Amino acid sequence: MRRNFRVCTSCGHHFKVSGKERLDQLANFESWNELWPELRAADPLQFTDLEPYTKRVEKAEAKGLTEALVAGDLSVGRQPCVAAAMDFGFLGGSMGSVVGEKLLRACDRAAERRVPLIVISASGGARMQEGVLALMQMSKTVVGFEALHEAAVPVISVLAHPTTGGVWASFAALGDVTYAEPGALVSFSGPRVIEQTTREKLAPDFGLAETQLRNGQVDDVVDRRELNERLERVMRILSRESSPEPPLAMQWAQQGASRAQRAARAVPRMSRRIRERLRRGEGPQ
Amino acid sequence: MSTSAGDAMRRIGNAITPHEPQSTDQIWEIVQLARHQDRPYPLDYIPRLLSDFEELRGDRLYRDDPAIVAGIGRYHDMPVVVIGQQKGRDTQERTYRNFGMSGPEGYRKAMRVMALAEKIGAPVITLIDTPGAFPGADAEQRGQGGAIATSIRTMLRLSVPTVAIVVGEGSSGGAIALGVADRVMMLQNSTYSVISPEGGSAILWRDAAKSQLAAAAFQPTAANCYRWGVVDSVIPEPDGGAHRDHDAAAELLDRYLLRALTELREIPGSERRRQRHVRFRRIGSYRELALADTSAVVSGQTKGPP
Repeated sequence: MRRNFRVCTSCGHHFKVSGKERLDQLANFESWNELWPELRAADPLQFTDLEPYTKRVEKAEAKGLTEALVAGDLSVGRQPCVAAAMDFGFLGGSMGSVVGEKLLRACDRAAERRVPLIVISASGGARMQEGVLALMQMSKTVVGFEALHEAAVPVISVLAHPTTGGVWASFAALGDVTYAEPGALVSFSGPRVIEQTTREKLAPDFGLAETQLRNGQVDDVVDRRELNERLERVMRILSRESSPEPPLAMQWAQQGASRAQRAARAVPRMSRRIRERLRRGEGPQ
Repeated sequence: MSTSAGDAMRRIGNAITPHEPQSTDQIWEIVQLARHQDRPYPLDYIPRLLSDFEELRGDRLYRDDPAIVAGIGRYHDMPVVVIGQQKGRDTQERTYRNFGMSGPEGYRKAMRVMALAEKIGAPVITLIDTPGAFPGADAEQRGQGGAIATSIRTMLRLSVPTVAIVVGEGSSGGAIALGVADRVMMLQNSTYSVISPEGGSAILWRDAAKSQLAAAAFQPTAANCYRWGVVDSVIPEPDGGAHRDHDAAAELLDRYLLRALTELREIPGSERRRQRHVRFRRIGSYRELALADTSAVVSGQTKGPP
């Protein structure tokens, strides 16, 4: 499972992945350096619902997790970057003050080092146990993304299951390039809240990555096993360094030409089909 | 997770000062005042604050969202842009305004008029009063999350002076979307929170009837938000609450707003924007463990210990 990126080998289902294992995957299981593990949740509101907030944090920490976001310096293939991954196992991946501060620092670090930032989100939204301070992390993380904007450093947002609430309504929606994992729920409001408020029955594919691709909310749905390759390619394209790679068609030619030939055939075949339709007077569809 | 001296933990983040805790009853009374149906809404404040007002409608992409009103006007003889969340007073108007819950079109309208403010150098004033952004399948389809995120970003990029005032209920992402300003203020009996008491009660207590408990836990009052560094000032209300006297409420708001704008106009645009970013960078409360290998790491951005 670990080597298959926690994707089911028969059905392709994407299981949840912890923050640390995410960065292991991005680093292709090479070692990487965790940043700011010393930042831990405080309890500014002395918050208690069915259970005290401090108890919830203790339980999550007992699982060996430090917070709902893990950050590190690593390389995806040959591309160095700063990476941050959210951990759904830590209070539902909720964004409190620690997540906000760590992500802000990750943005500053990427801006300073002039390497891209990759953020993998998996979160129920803002951490309610920190009240309005959690809400303020939405603006704080966007300030971090603005630092990247000013430094002209690209940021890639990857949306895992689920990316909802205040995380989807802040930094996660602001990637220069945004990918979602197959079947991930990507939505500001949860399906249950929507059904209760509007009394409408939602479609079974409501808010899923594939639906949000059609809605124009993400650039592509990317299988986790192909994610590193895609991230590396995007970072290479956007890199300021000169690229030693030959043009794509030449790479395909070197790889045996099959892909290039297919690509070259596809376009004329399409236009021939349209030409025939036009000749028959049907018009383009 | 005790914070006794011996466990080598250091508290950093915003300086949080001790305070008189408010009782559940006191907090619930404020929650109800913040949502009182006679409480002044943006369309009650606007004619009392501005000598002239022209409402601008539509996001130029899809439709007009009546849950947000926006327009241009003259405030103490300067051009301003005002954006407010409007709930509606009677059943018919509430339905029309969707109870102040806007869709992506509302935020896109707000961004469109912010662009106008930037063009003519007019300050932006936002009046916040919403139970949250609208939870609907169509709103999601048109990018509710992205609209809120982009509105936050747009407010961070403005170089004109900006003031956000929570006049009623400021709940969830729907509120912060218009809340990223140079100065953020709250009316004395308004609330500002991560979620409405009802929403929090349904999620955390799995029981929609626990909203009083949820309100007491979220402590969404102006006094607390001031203590946490979320708002810069608390605007007093007339005796008994703003709903008792709209004129007096508007006069008090006017005093605070004018002072803030006068101060802000003295600062050059790029410096004002930098200070705005620093303001929102600082908000948060966390501990920093003294781990053996990282003990040299000390936050350079947050305020020191209280």
